[in-house]
Amino acid sequence: MKKSVILGALTVASLVAGGAAAATLDDVKARGKLNCGTNTGLVGFAAPDANGDWQGFDVAVCRAVAAAVLGDQSAVEFVPTTGKTRFTALASGEIDVLARNTTWTFSRDVDLKFTFIGVNYYDGQGFMVPKSLGVSSAKELDGATVCIQTGTTTELNLADFFRVNNISYEPVPIETNAEAQQQYLAGACDAYTTDASGLAATRATFEDPTAHVILPEIISKEPLGPLVRHGDDEWADIVRWTLNALIAAEEYGVTSANIDELAANPTSNPEINRLLGTEGNLGEMLGLPADWAVKAIKAGGNYGELFEKHIGENTPIGLARGLNAQWTDGGLMYAPPFR
Amino acid sequence: MTTMTDPPKDSFRLGMLIYDTRYRSLTIQVVALIAFMLLAAWLISNTAQNLAALGKPINFGFLSGPAQYDINQTLIPYDNQDSHLRASVVGLLNTLLVAVLGCVLATVVGVLVGVLRLSRNWLVGRIMTVYVEMFRNVPVLLWIVFAMAILIESLPAPRDFRGDTPQASMLFADSVALTNRGFYIPKPVFDRSLGGNPEAPAPEAAPVSPAPPTGVVGMTGGSSRIATGGGSAAPGAAAPGQAPQGQSGAAPTGAQPASSALDWLVILGVFGGSLLGARAIGRWADRKQEATGLRPRTIWVQLAVVFVPVIMVLMALGVRLERPELTGFNFDGGIHMRNSLIALWLALSFYTAAFIAEIVRGGILAISKGQTEAAAALGLRPNRIMSLVILPQALRVIIPPLISQYLNLTKNSSLAIAVGYMDITGTLGGITMNQTGRELECVLLLMLCYLVISLLISVVMNWYNNRVKLVER
Amino acid sequence: MSGTHAHTAAYVRDTMLPEQAPPATSVGVLGWMRANLFSNWFNAILTLLSVAFIYQVLAAILPWVFQSSWTANSLNECRAQIDAAYGPHAEGACWAVIRERYLQLIFGFYPSELYWRPILAFALTLAALGPVLFTALPRKMLWLSVAAPFLVPWLLWGGSAWVPVAVALGFVLGYVAFRVVASVAGALLGAIAAGLVPVLWWLLLASGWAGLMQSVLPLGIEAVDSRNFGGFMLSITIGVVAIACSLPIGVLLALGRQSNLLIIKAICTGFIELIRGVPLITLLFVASLLLNYFMPPGTDFDIILRVIIMVTLFASAYMAEVIRGGLAALPKGQYEAADALGLDYWKAQRLIIMPQALKISIPGIVSTFIGVFKDTTLVSIIGLLDPLGFSNSIRANAEWNGIVWELYGFIAFMFFVFCFSMSRYSMYLERKLQTEHR
Repeated sequence: MKKSVILGALTVASLVAGGAAAATLDDVKARGKLNCGTNTGLVGFAAPDANGDWQGFDVAVCRAVAAAVLGDQSAVEFVPTTGKTRFTALASGEIDVLARNTTWTFSRDVDLKFTFIGVNYYDGQGFMVPKSLGVSSAKELDGATVCIQTGTTTELNLADFFRVNNISYEPVPIETNAEAQQQYLAGACDAYTTDASGLAATRATFEDPTAHVILPEIISKEPLGPLVRHGDDEWADIVRWTLNALIAAEEYGVTSANIDELAANPTSNPEINRLLGTEGNLGEMLGLPADWAVKAIKAGGNYGELFEKHIGENTPIGLARGLNAQWTDGGLMYAPPFR
Repeated sequence: MTTMTDPPKDSFRLGMLIYDTRYRSLTIQVVALIAFMLLAAWLISNTAQNLAALGKPINFGFLSGPAQYDINQTLIPYDNQDSHLRASVVGLLNTLLVAVLGCVLATVVGVLVGVLRLSRNWLVGRIMTVYVEMFRNVPVLLWIVFAMAILIESLPAPRDFRGDTPQASMLFADSVALTNRGFYIPKPVFDRSLGGNPEAPAPEAAPVSPAPPTGVVGMTGGSSRIATGGGSAAPGAAAPGQAPQGQSGAAPTGAQPASSALDWLVILGVFGGSLLGARAIGRWADRKQEATGLRPRTIWVQLAVVFVPVIMVLMALGVRLERPELTGFNFDGGIHMRNSLIALWLALSFYTAAFIAEIVRGGILAISKGQTEAAAALGLRPNRIMSLVILPQALRVIIPPLISQYLNLTKNSSLAIAVGYMDITGTLGGITMNQTGRELECVLLLMLCYLVISLLISVVMNWYNNRVKLVER
Repeated sequence: MSGTHAHTAAYVRDTMLPEQAPPATSVGVLGWMRANLFSNWFNAILTLLSVAFIYQVLAAILPWVFQSSWTANSLNECRAQIDAAYGPHAEGACWAVIRERYLQLIFGFYPSELYWRPILAFALTLAALGPVLFTALPRKMLWLSVAAPFLVPWLLWGGSAWVPVAVALGFVLGYVAFRVVASVAGALLGAIAAGLVPVLWWLLLASGWAGLMQSVLPLGIEAVDSRNFGGFMLSITIGVVAIACSLPIGVLLALGRQSNLLIIKAICTGFIELIRGVPLITLLFVASLLLNYFMPPGTDFDIILRVIIMVTLFASAYMAEVIRGGLAALPKGQYEAADALGLDYWKAQRLIIMPQALKISIPGIVSTFIGVFKDTTLVSIIGLLDPLGFSNSIRANAEWNGIVWELYGFIAFMFFVFCFSMSRYSMYLERKLQTEHR
């Protein structure tokens, strides 16, 4: 009956983890691991594979940051978070960066006191309906039963949309995408609404994807991006410029295939040279080694490669670049200059 | 306390605080109290410090802000411009609804199964054993998810009811529809409702006419579809169907039938009065029997006293059943029991019933056989033995664990979020918490709500328990 | 006598008739069926209904279970395989997902080369329970029971072997302090010293000492972060640790609630009723959202540890009630006898009351454990990857998106096996203990 000791032992053993101190970079270096908050499972964005390795588009951002800071893309501890627990986990210092398809909103940035460091996916809330319903616009959904995922901005957008258009609906709140999918396929909801990327990913796994259409209305702006705590600008800079490095690399044609060559033989393009650390001292300014961006890009590839690998048109999810194309291709991906 | 042989009145020494049994208990208590208060102070100061660092001082002001989200099942009128507080109350009522429904069904099923497990029929006994073991040994969360999945997968969607050769059809003369969105059952409405009957909007004018969203919107009852913007844009019958106990689109002309809380209060009041009356007649019959040895036959009078007044009130109000009808995407009218409610209700009830069955079985087995034999020797008939001898004694054993099962069921209803039933954990502890980021306040309020509910159930059931005890002794 | 009959009247039989076999309808299968299934018309109807019910259930489930695919690598492949083997509209289970992921569902992210550690820890836990429950086993095995609380966490979490030694040393120090102080200044001060010394040791010195010993004599196994725990291993860990820790707390709370010291009684009762009055899920919200607020700024507990703490508090409130039941079941004579022997409160508890009360409570303790074990599924709601949480993660893979029943079925089956065997075990114990009492 002397087992209360276990608690004591665990307490002693676990108090080694650092707290929400200001210098996150030092903590991460001391720990040798980056703690990264992810989704508990979202197709294409974060999910553990059969070997227990996390894969996905959001996961890739964390791996790039770990590669830049620690030089090892596998030096990441992934902490699965739910819609409820994600912000507390970040605020309490349990995680160093939250990359969990989180919408950048005013109140989260200002009131909840987080720093969004950029956007890795521009999304928007849409509707999916079965083709047989004969609906071509969300405004025809009067009286319909709509499945929504809770714990997100989705339910607020939906309430606003139906209120503005003065039509009625019946919301069915659902905790996970998998259950929403089940209800929708069985006809328990007429429509399913969530981020358009999620809709596409969900539709792709149906037995007959062509029997379902995604309605043209996008009722909200959902810029999804990684975020860190307020008050540690050095750390925010590191995460921000790692993401920017991935985006810039695609713009300049730096890929995981040619990066070794480009890093070894400085090119005539000074921007690339500065990015890859063969010219200037950008890494030093961040408090990182000169080849930080090289490692970040080598972790999984540049932004375009990550997109293609995890959610692009050749994956089951099959998302088009759309808004997420480089600005040179008419998209919104625009990395500030590296100088 | 027995060692006060030589009371040393002369001097008080500090050591006495520890060694003198008169003072020792006091010392220990004071030390414990101080330690407890220190612990509390430590926790509170930590919390204050942490919250100050985050810039989130404790503030319940967010409760009065607009909730901005919709809730599908509302027992009181609610729309997304109402406050978070109102959304929480809506959730609380939903919690209470499922808890009450669950306790009733769990008791019925549990008693039935408990008795059947003792059945002499081997097969029935085995099936009940399998049932009890299956439900007791698998987590309730899994059962809730299972129940939801079964409802969704096995029942037809509303669209299957449509068409010339529908794949599914309504039951009981087109009055009940079992769909995978829930069960649509008829709703009693009144032509001469005490809450007033609204004018029927002309069907053509419906899309533009601003239907009154308040007034007759019921205070009780089952379902509502969210009508946004305070207006009704739906054609035909859709608009009135949005109000919880709202107007029916079925009325051909003039005032529409409706039902309000007032109607139901009157009916319940009359019914309660009738029951009291019937009981008085029963007592009178008892007295007569004791005096004369002959019991007058009162059953028909009692039945009449119970039912005639209620039927008269119902007729006076002009009762009729409003049937659900398939319009647009969904069924309209009637009462809509959503499948989140049904899944949660069934799963919680059957899970808890497995435990109650064991309690009932144990309670009956605990009464010694001699009691039955003694009662039989007195010449009592078997059903009288059960109701006058065995059951009162078994109840004494059954009720205390039954109370804790009711408490468990109520607490387990917080798992509603797994199926999207908007109980208080889904509103206050779910969307409100997510949207406002006020974890501390929300969780504390949530715990307080459950604590109050639990204590109330305990108090009520313990009162009942004491009554049963008194009857027995 | 029989001879007389034979001579007096021919119609009087003088030998016994050979025993006839009972009618075919009252023996054998038929007789059994008549007695147990068709004893009257009501039972007959019940039986027929039951048979129809069983047939319906089996007809729905069995084909699905057996028309299955074990080899596919994705849900679509599964569907194709089942269609090819059993016809185009066959409904079959895709057990392939279990084949691919069962290790994850059991061990979570625990490194696969270290699977022996949780298995050994589990076996050790079972072995440690043996001598506590069965007095027939050799008494020397009690040493195993004493060592297990230190060995099991070490096996699971790994790290320096000196940490569990340091923790164990705290108890030894406490005992020594009690002995020394009690002999000098009396039992009460001794008890206070026995409480204070280990706490001071753990808080101030233990980690330093363990570090020192580790640098002098490195001894340890690979450390595993608790966030790598998942699946059933996580459920079992939370359940076992919570129950083990809640037992001593529960005993203290139960004694506190029974005590006649008003303030202590009020504190204990308040705590028990508070915890029992709220659902576990709200306590888990506290663990995941609030516990860090309650700690000094800068403290950062692991989420799994926070969950274990809250589940322990939860379990100890229930445990206190179970033990209070055990205490109440003891005849008053036992207390009076202890008083008559001149034992003080703690001696009476230790030597007379607790051994009996705990023995009576064992079935209750086991059922509390089953309850807590089942309730660990709730941690999936706060994002931990217990079996249920993992099933969501698995479904988030493009290959397995849309799979439902196979995962839930497997999880339900595993829970059933665990809980059913435990409940049977507790019934066995109950019977065993009952006979001892009479």
